[in-house]
Amino acid sequence: MANPKPEELARIEYNPPKTGWMDTPTVFKPGIFPYGCKPKSLETVSFPNPRSWSVKDEDWKLPENWQEIFIEGLRERVNKYRSFRLFLDICVRCGACADKCHFYIGGGDPKNMPVLRAELLRSVYRKYCTTSGKIMGKIAGARELTIDVLKEIWYYAYQCTECRRCSLFCPYGIDTAEITILARELLNLLGLNIDWIAGPVANCWLTGNHLGLQPHTIIDSFDMFINDLETATGIRVSPTFNRKGAEILLVVPSGDLFADPGTYTTMGELLLFHELGLDYTWSTFASEGGDFGFFTSNEMAKRLHNKIYEEAKRLKVKWIMGGECGHMWRVWHQYHNTWFGPVDFLEEPVSPITGTKFENTKSNKTVHICEFTADLIKHGKLNLDPSRNDNLIVTYHDSCNTSRGMGFFEEPRYIINSVCKNFYEMPPNTIREQTFCCGSGSGLNASENMENRLRGGLPRANAVKHVKEKYGVNMLACICAIDRAALVTAVDYWVPGVGVTGVHELVANALVMKGEKKRTKDLRGEPLPGMEGE
Amino acid sequence: MPQLEFEGKQYEVDEDGYLQDWEEWKEGMAQLMASQDGITLGPEHWDIIKFLREYFIKFQIAPMIKILVKEIGKVMGPEKGNTKYLYQLFPGGPAKQACRYAGLPKPTGCV
Repeated sequence: MANPKPEELARIEYNPPKTGWMDTPTVFKPGIFPYGCKPKSLETVSFPNPRSWSVKDEDWKLPENWQEIFIEGLRERVNKYRSFRLFLDICVRCGACADKCHFYIGGGDPKNMPVLRAELLRSVYRKYCTTSGKIMGKIAGARELTIDVLKEIWYYAYQCTECRRCSLFCPYGIDTAEITILARELLNLLGLNIDWIAGPVANCWLTGNHLGLQPHTIIDSFDMFINDLETATGIRVSPTFNRKGAEILLVVPSGDLFADPGTYTTMGELLLFHELGLDYTWSTFASEGGDFGFFTSNEMAKRLHNKIYEEAKRLKVKWIMGGECGHMWRVWHQYHNTWFGPVDFLEEPVSPITGTKFENTKSNKTVHICEFTADLIKHGKLNLDPSRNDNLIVTYHDSCNTSRGMGFFEEPRYIINSVCKNFYEMPPNTIREQTFCCGSGSGLNASENMENRLRGGLPRANAVKHVKEKYGVNMLACICAIDRAALVTAVDYWVPGVGVTGVHELVANALVMKGEKKRTKDLRGEPLPGMEGE
Repeated sequence: MPQLEFEGKQYEVDEDGYLQDWEEWKEGMAQLMASQDGITLGPEHWDIIKFLREYFIKFQIAPMIKILVKEIGKVMGPEKGNTKYLYQLFPGGPAKQACRYAGLPKPTGCV
């Protein structure tokens, strides 16, 4: 299916329908929803109701007692998670969040106002879990869970990227992403996941990463990286895999091992760690930083997250370094301690190069690669030639999960400013904690969901357009693999001419290495500035 | 689920027409799928489809585009080792269209 042209898609209808939201039926539009999950993916992780089904079909092949399952599941979670109950109870529908969601801004569908999206589930909660809702029904904002209501909850639960921009503006601090997270968890009780999430979850359960890369496939990818790096620098790096006794276990998102431009980020990391002589290892088992289980249910998130933890234990490393990944950090930073408690078998991370103690990682012993690199630069440990990035005019996209999920703003900017001479910020209300989502996070980057992804990507792309026109920006840096996959598409659609890069690709281009040959090409094989004729 | 009819038998495909089970693939299916897109498969197409199948059997995933490009350059000469050439053969994209003809699933995740 061809996508509408940008000028068509940018004509957004913000006038709400004349009927109230409960009386406005939800119509499923092609391009606005991902495909349903395949039975094999659910069977792999022993999830309920594996069967062939299609979102487009009238019959979603649900178990006979689906209402009971959903309502019981809701009651159970309301009792288990006090935050969930609070978020369902205290919203006064002030509307502060309404125009903060990228899907609402880019699409105009009122049910994508975070307040209303949450209300879809809240109304069911009122009906079955509150006295006022039970007695007064619609007047108290309650409604019965019919099949159309269930489908509506599904449709909008997969039109939220759990980016939490809305929660930033809520005067009560309601985290609407938590409501989406639990709505998806409830839908999973009925086998209603999407293919783009359930597939990676099954892959990760079987092979250790979302793409399903087996150990020899990973090694094959690295062989290519090593050869390409040798061509570019004259230096042959020799990474190790699954090496017991290494000081550091490095875990990156698997997208960076298998898809451009993420592969250049991995290549950048290979060069940097080679130059440092760092005692680190890759793992073909803990070969995924991200956790699509987190987009499925708390239990599934724990099952997948656990592999990093177990692998660190098995390899007897001292500490873990995490790569340029988005939701990996949300999980480590906000969930790990609740699930597993502080890590007791690792050491408090200390940089072997600078001696810096990363005290902020006392509990989970996991250091962000940008923290590590920024510290190296701060201590003057890297020989950098930023002029090698002179052809780039760079801006930085804060990934939702590292910015709002862990308050990580300065280190990536510090690095970029040290390795590039031309850096410009996008407008303040679109960066740092107010950053706009790429539009494809939380497992929504399926190609059949393209119109929705492009609509959701519009606010981010619009800010990129602003700096492109004002400063000539031609490169968008980010520290998340979903960003690297999704923004290429969104930016190419809305702001053609701007590329996407990971931060460590920029670092490696600027890194002057011991014994390197005359560098004429960047990691992508393109001429470095001033070397066009070489 | 949608089905692909081939030589009187029904095969399960996904909503984008990708064969559900790559082991059920038969050579003739590639031309059948290509005909539906108005493409006649020549020897150049087959070189790519065969490479994709072989790679998948070895690695259980379709190759990255740049691996495909490199391989084609090696086998068919450097003037053909580029994405432009691949798009000429498979206008719907080598990753998507050629993999579909080869009976392979598309990769999912942060890609």
